[in-house]
Amino acid sequence: MSYLYAAYIATWAIHIAYLATLLRRYTRLRDEIAEFKGRIEEKN
Amino acid sequence: MKRVFPILGALTGVLLSYALYEALVAAPTEQTMGNVQRIFYYHVPSAWTAFILFFINFFASVVYLIWRANKADIVALVTAEVGVVFCTVVLVTGPIWARPVWGIWWTWDLRLTLTLVLWLIYVSYLVLRRFSSSGQTPLLAAVLAVFGALDVPLVYFSIWFFRTQHPQPVIGGGGSIDPLMLHVLLINWLAFSCFAALVCWSRYRLEVLRREVDETLALEALLEPRHPQTRTSPTGSAG
Repeated sequence: MSYLYAAYIATWAIHIAYLATLLRRYTRLRDEIAEFKGRIEEKN
Repeated sequence: MKRVFPILGALTGVLLSYALYEALVAAPTEQTMGNVQRIFYYHVPSAWTAFILFFINFFASVVYLIWRANKADIVALVTAEVGVVFCTVVLVTGPIWARPVWGIWWTWDLRLTLTLVLWLIYVSYLVLRRFSSSGQTPLLAAVLAVFGALDVPLVYFSIWFFRTQHPQPVIGGGGSIDPLMLHVLLINWLAFSCFAALVCWSRYRLEVLRREVDETLALEALLEPRHPQTRTSPTGSAG
């Protein structure tokens, strides 16, 4: 049974790790957009 | 679109939970291997999903090579990335299943080796896209994807035409499967396909946004007034 659980846990660990990288990339992009908006407002 | 995504996400979550229940509880226990055979319900659907994603990557790459369509390039990138995730699941769950059944984690059998080669091809595709800043990168990646896709049918049919350690296919190729097991397998495949589609959709939107931000930043850099540069003569005086 331990092999079965190991396989299922590994599968979800891989998927969750990938989703976490997507979330991190999205957060970084949102910060870049906020920084860009700040620069535009400063110029105006 | 903003409202549709959470609804589809919730539906996929319910489907994945139901598929997990079917795999762990409802599916009959296999007589020879026992409960460890239930890895099959995650291993096989992950492999099928990866193959489909690599085929979409192939078609998108061909479309890009012919029409240079940016959307096709993004679809190719997204499907390769998500395909590599599913292929990683296959390469991790396979050895975990092999250890109690074959007594070994890995063997250089044709099916296993070709799957590892497939994974390496698409990882190299992603590395090329990540670290090359040339304008030709999408073109080179598309060519690599077209050649890489040739490995997909080789992986799939390797167990049809060669004697390998890996079991024979359960659907087609002379294999057979209990109808209830087939039902659970297809439910899991449907659940993982819906999950893959949702992840691809999110990744596609992220990539579109990424490119828009990059273009805007590049435009901003071009429009920014430049400071006059001082030239220095060989004698050291400006002028």
